[in-house]
This record gives sequence, structure tokens and C-alpha cells, in this order.
Amino acid sequence: MPVTQNMNQLKPTVLAKNDADEVPAISVQGLVKTFGHSSNQITALDDVSIDIQQNEFFTLLGPSGCGKTTLLRLIAGFELPDSGTVLLHGEGIEHLPPHMRPVNTVFQSYALFPHISVADNIGFGLRMLGWDKAKITNAVEKMLDMVRLSDLANRQPDQLSGGQQQRVALARALAPAPRVLLLDEPLAALDLKLRKEMQIELKRLQDQTGITFVFVTHDQEEALTMSDRIAVMSAGRVLQVGQPKEIYNAPEHRFVADFIGDINVLPGQVKHRQNGKLVVMIAGGSEVHLPDDGIQSDSLFVAVRPEKATLAKSGTGALSGVVNNIVFFGSGTNIHVSLSDGVDFVVQTQGSETGLSLGDAVSVNFADSAAKVLRN
Amino acid sequence: MASTDQDISLSASETLAHARRVDAQRKTRARWILLSPALILIGLFGLMPLSITLVYSFLKPGSFGGVEWVFSLDAYIQFIAQRDIFDDTLSVNWSYLSIFSRSIGLSLGATIGALILGFPTAYFIASKPADQRNFWLFLITLPFWTNLLIRTYAMLLIIRDQGVINTGLMSLGITEAPIEILYTDTAVFIGLIYSYLPFMVLPLYASLEKLDLRLIEAAYDLYASRFRVLTNVILPLAKPGIVAGCILVFIPGLGAYITPELLGGGKKLMIGNLIAIQFGSSRNWPFGSAAALILMAVVMVALLLYVRHSAKEGHSHG
Amino acid sequence: MAKRYDLRRQPGFSQIAWFCIFMLYAPILMLVLFSFNDNRSVVKWTEFSFRWYTEAFANDGIRAAAVTSLKLALVASVFGTIFATMAALATTRTRPYRGMNLAYAIINQPLMIPEIVTAIASLSLFALIKQITGVTGIGYLMLAHTVFCVPFAYMPIRARLEDMTLTLEQAAADLYASPIRVFWEVTFPLLIPGVVSGAMLAFVVSLDDVIITLMVAGPGETTLPIFILGAIRRGITPEINAVSTILLAVSILLVAVFFLFQRKTKK
Repeated sequence: MPVTQNMNQLKPTVLAKNDADEVPAISVQGLVKTFGHSSNQITALDDVSIDIQQNEFFTLLGPSGCGKTTLLRLIAGFELPDSGTVLLHGEGIEHLPPHMRPVNTVFQSYALFPHISVADNIGFGLRMLGWDKAKITNAVEKMLDMVRLSDLANRQPDQLSGGQQQRVALARALAPAPRVLLLDEPLAALDLKLRKEMQIELKRLQDQTGITFVFVTHDQEEALTMSDRIAVMSAGRVLQVGQPKEIYNAPEHRFVADFIGDINVLPGQVKHRQNGKLVVMIAGGSEVHLPDDGIQSDSLFVAVRPEKATLAKSGTGALSGVVNNIVFFGSGTNIHVSLSDGVDFVVQTQGSETGLSLGDAVSVNFADSAAKVLRN
Repeated sequence: MASTDQDISLSASETLAHARRVDAQRKTRARWILLSPALILIGLFGLMPLSITLVYSFLKPGSFGGVEWVFSLDAYIQFIAQRDIFDDTLSVNWSYLSIFSRSIGLSLGATIGALILGFPTAYFIASKPADQRNFWLFLITLPFWTNLLIRTYAMLLIIRDQGVINTGLMSLGITEAPIEILYTDTAVFIGLIYSYLPFMVLPLYASLEKLDLRLIEAAYDLYASRFRVLTNVILPLAKPGIVAGCILVFIPGLGAYITPELLGGGKKLMIGNLIAIQFGSSRNWPFGSAAALILMAVVMVALLLYVRHSAKEGHSHG
Repeated sequence: MAKRYDLRRQPGFSQIAWFCIFMLYAPILMLVLFSFNDNRSVVKWTEFSFRWYTEAFANDGIRAAAVTSLKLALVASVFGTIFATMAALATTRTRPYRGMNLAYAIINQPLMIPEIVTAIASLSLFALIKQITGVTGIGYLMLAHTVFCVPFAYMPIRARLEDMTLTLEQAAADLYASPIRVFWEVTFPLLIPGVVSGAMLAFVVSLDDVIITLMVAGPGETTLPIFILGAIRRGITPEINAVSTILLAVSILLVAVFFLFQRKTKK
């Protein structure tokens, strides 16, 4: 995919805030949350533990139903966990009702109060905190300025466009200067162009305010673009936490590899282990040398990103097959190769000219370093 | 180190359990505080009166209205039988039973009449463009929210001997003398349909509005005629609405008071009038109470049948 | 141009629909029309006049009945709406709890029982209370009306609440509003259309009630519908048409307001 290719160039590596003595902004430990009663009980969160550092843009990524929104709601206080703790800057808050937690939420549907003006929406939290009027007016003006909506202060929410409502929701949640801002798929309702703009806007706001952002999304591209770190979730568990680059280049789990970008997954057999290396036999009898990270099973999967593989006319490699489809997508072309054992392998090339046609016999090559062992 | 970790997590789980308990208690308390005014009011002045009626139906009538606190089954016996004043033997008394059966008959007839008129009307509204339906619905519901007494009086003005219908017919030379409608069963029948037609149209409309036009298209595509589309597709799909509409017309029709009072002229009694008279001129509260309970029993049976029917329908569709 | 084959059309249906509309409105329109007739007759039109309205307004009995009706409807609809609002808050947007279905059944009980039964049952209870305590007055009538106003007010309020997602209230709680402030800052303002609709219905239902009032009313407690009923029994006069028209107008006005609020709600 063209976007995934250069997404890491978009953001400088500003991380490395993991000072050991700095308390995490949010630390959830052993969270369990189930819904429903015995007969049809659903486990939304199954022993989830994550540390989110201060000033971090942290993303919870996963398909719908993976538990990411439930985790956010537990941090916000809309639900109480079955067990486990939520620490905010080291203090346990899992038992507090939402209005006593210094965290604010941007809702997926924005949840702007329809009966009061934009300015009153933004000032709502401050009013509830008992600020005096002049101070609120001042703060609201500042927030309106920050999200560039100063001239819409007296409108009603339903007179605003989707993007504008989104920014009001942001300003409203940021106004009380929460310790942590929780964002529940805030961009899902926007069209593609607006979404791109808001992604940049969100990053700007986070840099500007220095507030920790916890961002929930099912959009892997969005997650890779914006996040300092990502936690990939599936079926109520956290599978992998890491920087976007790590998640993309070194997925540890088959689910993570599949979910983030396109990837080829080949079944393989461990031939032998030596000097901390695995020698894995994959389809077609070719061997790959991979670092041994202590995986026990002898049958495993090997993953290769399409852009990390190359094609050659038949005869030069062990992974040979036949071109069965050529898909041009703008900035590049995907060539689908049907390997001799029936597995489909995709190779991505730049440009539109491949010099290949359907039915050509080819062989697939990739460096050992491009291959990655996956846990199933 | 390990032990302190344990302590922290233990106290954390305790506060969590406490929080959950407090939350549940707060919710329960709030909910019953909110419910109590309505429940107490309706309990005291909606349910308690019914139990008093039940008690009264087993007592003897007081000579100036009210009751005498002596147990008696007379009220119920009186409904179906009469006691010979000379030899105390019982024989079947048809007068109350006939009022009762007339009530059921008229109410059933009005239900069928309302269905025949109401179904096409509901269908007509449902097939209007979506933005016009609310207006038509408003037109149908408006009379329902206006005074039933006044509407019945308006109907009385139309159908009486000097009313528009009869004067019109006579001036056109169609009839010599006015057709006698007022103070007949026909008048009550017309009045009941007129009163409760909106009750039929609303649930019918609710189920017809949901009707998927593609199903009708599919039926035509499979060679159904207009009539077959109506009988084989539309009617079966509208069944829940038909049943609900019939219940909604039958029940108030059965207990009607104003319609037979005004249009039946106090001669063609329905059970509602019979009950009212016992608490008025007849001064037989126990008998009135018994009649009211019998009416309620019939209504409950109808409602139960409806609930069971809709539960079964819901089950077979779900 | 060929007419499109309308799949939905059924022969005769629109004629029947028009007949129904005609049947529903023709009698009412006749009644209204002849209330403006300058003649004793309610059949033969002579001349337009407000004569019967003037006479109705001059009639002390009608004026007193109107005041009683309004007082009754006001008290019953205000209390009925308050109680119904509270009950609706406790029975919507919650997981089912023990007793909820029972509470729901009790609230709707006045709608399930034929009115004549409610009427004589209330009469029996009130007669007993009067006998024991000796207390008389319009309070009994107000109680009886409030009872049946509750379920009517409850319906639109409940419907409105069920259309409101909990998200807005959660947003308010998230922004540091305590449960009580959440209610007054968010829930109640958003619920107002439902509450107004409910109050309108309750008011109309109370204003129009005949049977329960007829049974429960003590001496001298005459409402407009009871006055009209008595007048009809004595004989038909255009004065009845005039009073009826006024009552109709009030009901229609209130119901129109109700529908407007409903439509605004849906937007």
C-alpha cells in the first residue's frame, strides 16, 4: 500500500519518553470486564495490562468488538471493571464515577449538547468545575481560537458541519485541561479528506497542549500515522504494544501482521536450530534463516511484506510460481504469484510497468531479514 | 515487595466492590423514589377501587345506594337467574344476559365494520409519499383526541329524524317519512364505528407502513393479480396490526357508555349503561359491581388471547 | 403517456379512505356550522350569528362548568405529568430490574380497564372514604383525573426518553457534572418536548372526560362535558353546539401543539 510505505516519514521519532522514574499517565493492570449473564456472557476485556506514558499519543487499535472501546470506557468511568486497577498518574481511579475523574472523552458521535451554543458546550466542563464566569469566557475564547472556530461561538451544534462539530467536541474535552484525553474513534464519521486534515490537527493539538492522548481506532493507517505507540487488540486481549515501526516491521503475532498492512504468510517447518538461529523450510523447499526468539513449536508461519520481496524470471530462486494477476493501484503494482504449492504470494513493485504478463513463470526472492516469524 | 503488591491489589478490589455496591444501591434507591408517586397514586386510587368493587359484588345492596355489609351471592345470581317471589325458585333471567350478548354482538359488529373501513384507509395512508403520511395520520387521529361526547352528539344531530340525512332523503323524495335510525341498534353500531375507527387505523397503519414494497413487486413478478397480492401478501403481513386494531376497538366498544346512552336513547342498553344505572337510579351497587367485574373478565380474556397470540407470532418470527 | 402501473394501488381503497375522512369530519363540521346559525333550528340555515356564543357566555352554569373543567384539567395534568416524568425516568434506558414490569403494568393499569369500571370503582372507594372521614369536595375528582392522566402523559415522555441516547448524559458526567446536575443540565432540557406533549395529552384527556367525572362528581361539581350531557338530555339547542365548538377548539389546539412538538422532536 502506498500510504503505509512512507507513513513513518510523516512523523519524526519523538518518543523515548520512557524514563523509568516517570509515572505512567495511565496504567491499567489486569483489567477484566464481562457483559451479560452466565448463559450468554461476553468477555470484553480479558486480563488487559498496559502502561501509557505521559504526553504520549497512544492508540488502541483493533477490529470492532476487540474491547478497545470498553477499555476506554473503563478509563473514563462509564463502566466499572470486574477486576483490575486503573491508575492515573499512580492513583487508583477504577472505582470513581466519571465526574470525579480528571480525564475527558471525545465521543465517536461527538455528543455535543444540542440545546446549548457552541461556546456553552466548550465551557460546560469548566462551569461544572465551578469556575467563575469571566474565567470561563476567557478560557472558552482561547479554546475556540485553538480549534479555529471563533466566529461560530454562538451557533447551535446542529448548525455546524461534521468537521466543525468534531473540533467543538475536541475543544470541549480539552477545555478543563484533563490529565488524559480519551478519543473514541473520533474521525470515523468524517470523509477521507476531512479525516486527513483532522489527523494533522489532532497531532498539532497534542503537541500544543502536551496532554496524553489515548486514541481508539480500527483504522490501521490512521494508527500508524498518528501514534507514538500502538496497542493492537483482539478478542479482549492486547497482542502487541510498540512504536508504529515495530508493529509494522516486526509483528509478533499472525493477527497483528494480517491486521496491519498487506502481508504474505507462508507456512513453514523448523529444520534445525543453531547459534540462536532458526532454519525454516518454507513452501517449495527453500530455506530461510531467522533469529530464534524462543518459539517452541516446529511448525510456524513466516511473514513477508509485499514491498520487501522481488521477482525474477524463473530459474533463479526456489520459490517459483506463475503470475495469476497484476493489479495496478496508482503508485505501484501488485503482482500476484501462484506458488507451486498453491499459496498466493503478492509482490509489490514501483510504477506501472512490470514487464510481466499473466502466465509468466517467475520466482520470488526476499532477504532473510525481510522475513519474520509469527506466533499463531 | 511481593506482599505489598498483594496488599495494594486486595484493597483496590475492595474499593472496587464497594464502588459497585454503592452504585447499585444509588440506582435502586433513585429508581424507586422516582416510581413511588405514580405507583402509590395508581395503587391507592386505581387498584384499590377495583378490590372494593370485588368486595361490594359479594354484599347486599343498601336501601339508599351503597351496600349492606352482609355476604351474598345475589348479585351474581341475579345476572343469570331470577328468584320467584312466591316460592323462591330460580329460573333463567334473559334480560341481563341479552344486554350482555347485545353488547358483545354490537361491539364485535363494530369491530368488523371498523376493520372493513379502516384497513383500506390505513393502506391508503401507507401508500402515500412518506412526507404526506404524517398529515393524513394527523387527520385520522385528530377526532380521537376530541371529545367523544361531542362527537357522539354531532352524530346524533346527523342521524335523527330531523337530521341532515333524513331531511335530505325526504326533500329528494326518496322517502316519505324519516327512516328511523336514532334509538336503534343500527345507531349504536354506527356510533361505535364512528367513535373507535381511529383505534383501528393506527395499528393497521403501523404494520402496513413497514410493509416492504419489494415483497409486493416479487408477488407481481410471480404472476399474482392485484387481488392475490392483497390476500396472499399484504393481509398476512398486516396480521399483527389487524389483531391489535380489533382488540383496540372491541374492548372500549364493549364497555361503551356514551354511545348507547345518546344514540340508543337509554332503550337499547349496553353493559356500560346497565352498570351505570345500578349506581344511579337502580341503587343496586353490588349488582353493578358484579356486572362491572364480569365486563372486566371478558376484557381480560380478550387481552390475554391477544398477548398469547402476539407472543406466539413473535416467537415464530424470531 | 402511459400511466405507470402503480403496484401499491388496490381498487376502491382510496374511495373508502375518503369516505372515512368524510364520516369522521362531516358530523363535527355540521355541529360547528350550526353553532353559528341565527335560529333555534340545528337543521335549517338562516343567518350567520354569534348569538348562541353570547348566550353561552352569559350562562352562569356554563361559566362555572368551564372554570371547574379548567381547574380540574390543570391540577390533574400538572401532577399527572410530574409523576409520569418521574416514572418514565425510572423505567427507560435501564437494564430490566426486578419489579420493572410490574411497575409498568401498574402505571398503565388505568388504560387497561374499561372506563365505566374505573368510574364505578372510584365512586365506591370515594363513597366509603366520604362516609368514614366526612370529607367532601372536588379533591376526589382531582385524584380520579390525575390517576388516568399519568399513563397518557407517560406515553410521549417515555417515547422521548427512549429516543435519547445515554451518550449525552455520559458526556456531561465526563465533564464533571454530578448525577443531579446531569439531570438538570442535560436530561431535563432535552426531555422538555416529551414533557410538554405529555402534559397536553393529559390536559385534553382530563378536559374531555365524561364517565369517571359523571360518577365521581359531587353535587355542584359540574364540568363542561357533564353540563353538555345534561343539556342534551333536556333537549337539543344550538347553545350546546356553541359550547361544544369551544371545547372542540380547545382540544384541537392543544393536540395540534402536541403534534408540532412531536415533529420538532423527530428532526
